[in-house]
Amino acid sequence: MQDFTDALYTAAALIVHLDPEVREIVTLSLGVSFTASICAFVIGAPFGAALAMYRFWGQGAWIVIANALLGLPPVVVGLVVYLLLSRSGPLGSLGILFTPTAMVIAQTALGIPIVVALVHRMTVDNWATYGNALLVDGASRLRAMIPIMLIGREALLTAFLAAFGRAIAEVGAIIIVGGNIWGYTRTMTTAIALETSKGELSFALALGIVLIILSLAVSALSLIFGRALTAR
Amino acid sequence: MSDYNREIGFIQRWPQFLRASAIATFVTATALLCGQAGAQEKSIVVASTTSTQDSGLYDYLLPIVKEKTGIGVKVLAQGTGQALDTARRCDADVVFVHAKSAEEKFLAEGYGIRRYPVMYNDFVLIGPKDNPAGVKGKDILTALQMIKAKAAPFISRGDRSGTNIAELALWKNAGIDIGNAKGPWYKEIGQGMGAALNTASASNSYVLSDRGTWLAFQNRGDLAILVEGDKHLFNQYGVMLVNPAKCPSVKKDLGQQFIDWLTSPEGQKIIADYKINGRQLFYPNANDPNA
Repeated sequence: MQDFTDALYTAAALIVHLDPEVREIVTLSLGVSFTASICAFVIGAPFGAALAMYRFWGQGAWIVIANALLGLPPVVVGLVVYLLLSRSGPLGSLGILFTPTAMVIAQTALGIPIVVALVHRMTVDNWATYGNALLVDGASRLRAMIPIMLIGREALLTAFLAAFGRAIAEVGAIIIVGGNIWGYTRTMTTAIALETSKGELSFALALGIVLIILSLAVSALSLIFGRALTAR
Repeated sequence: MSDYNREIGFIQRWPQFLRASAIATFVTATALLCGQAGAQEKSIVVASTTSTQDSGLYDYLLPIVKEKTGIGVKVLAQGTGQALDTARRCDADVVFVHAKSAEEKFLAEGYGIRRYPVMYNDFVLIGPKDNPAGVKGKDILTALQMIKAKAAPFISRGDRSGTNIAELALWKNAGIDIGNAKGPWYKEIGQGMGAALNTASASNSYVLSDRGTWLAFQNRGDLAILVEGDKHLFNQYGVMLVNPAKCPSVKKDLGQQFIDWLTSPEGQKIIADYKINGRQLFYPNANDPNA
C-alpha cells in the first residue's frame, strides 16, 4: 500500500505546485491528442455519415473494416507511420519523424475508425427517422449531411470524446513515432513508461493519477458543452 | 413530430454554432503552431541507449549541453541495436551507444565516419540477496556457469542492446551456447534496462545490468550486486556522427559540435561530475585511443 499512498501524495504535490516539467508534458499530451481527435473527427465524421446515407458498392465492406479497426493495435499504427515518415521511407523528405506532428498523424489514424463506426451507427438511426423529410425539403444527400449531423450532435460529441480518449491513453504508437524525447515529444503516457523503467513506480503512478484527473476534467467539460448544445 | 420541429429549429441556428466552432478550432491551431515554432531552434537527434537515459545521465547532461553549446539535444533511448538501425535509416544525426563490435560494423558499412570513445563504466551481475545459485564474489564466467548449472532464473534483455550484446558475449566466453542451452529459467523480455531490472526485482532473478542504471534504479526489492569488478565486465560508450554522404539530412555541423564538446576536457569533467548518492556513474576516457 506504501506505493499507492506515496503516489497519491506525489500526485497532489505535482498538481498543487504546477511542476513546470509536468505542466509541459500535460500541455503536449492534451495538444497532440486534441489535435489528433479533431483531425480524426473532421475526416471520419463525414465518411461515417456517408456510409449510412448513400448506397454504393463495397459499402458493407467499409462498415466491417471500420468496426474491425476499432481494435487497431497502436503499436502497429506506430510502426507503419514510422516506416512512412522515416528518412528512408516514402515521406522521409518531410522530416517530421520524432516530432509532435508525427504523433498527431499516428493518433489520427487510431481515431478515424472510432469516429467512422460511431457516427455511422448514429446516422443509420437518424437517417431512418429524418432522411425522407430532409430529402423532401429539396436537399441533396450532400446538403442533408450537415443537418443529419446536427441532429445527432450529442452522438458526435461522444464519437469525438471516444477518439480523444483513445488518443490520450495510448502509448504504443507515439513512443515509436515520437521517440519520447524530453521536452519535445514526451507525453503523459510515455513519461509513465519511462518512470516505470527507472523503477520510480510511485512517481509513475502519480503521473497516472494526474492523467486520470485530466480525463475526468475533459469529460466533465464536454458534458457541460453538450448540455449547452442541447439547451433551447 | 414535435421532436422533428425541435431539431429543425436548432438547424436554423446552426451558423452560430459553426462560427463558435470555427473560432475554437482557429485558437487551438494557433496555439499549437506557436508551440511548434518554439521548438524550431537548433537541435539534433541523438539515437542512444536506455542505460544512459534510465541512469539519469541525460536529465543531468542535456541542460548543460544546451547552456554551453546552444544545441538542443533530442535523445531517443532505444538500446544500441535499435539506435544503430535508426541511424542506418537516416533518422538520427548522432549515435551514442555502447557495443564496440556493433559500432565498428556500423563504421565498416559506411554509416559513420569516425568513432569517438567518450566514457566507460562497468556491468554488474545483479541477483537475489540470498543468492540461490551461490555466485556471490565469483568471477563472472564462473557465475554464469553456476547459474546455468542450477537453472537459476535469469532475465535477459533480449533486445540487441549494448547490454544484451555484452551478456551474449559473456555466455559465449563462459563456454555456454545460450541459444541451445536456454530453458524456462532464461527469460528474454525484449525491453530496456529498467524494465529488465523491474522484472528481475519482481521475480527474484539474476540479471546483467550496467552499473549506472542500477545505481539510479529505485525499485530494487531483494536484489543486490553479486558479481562486479571483473575485467570482462568493462562497458565502453562511444559516439559517432552519422555519415552525411549516406544521409544528406544529417546536421553535420551541430552533430560534430556536440561530439567535440562531449569529448572536450570541459564535457569530460561534467560527465565525471555526475553522481548519485556520492557515487560516480561514468568515467570519461575520450583520450584513451584504445577505448
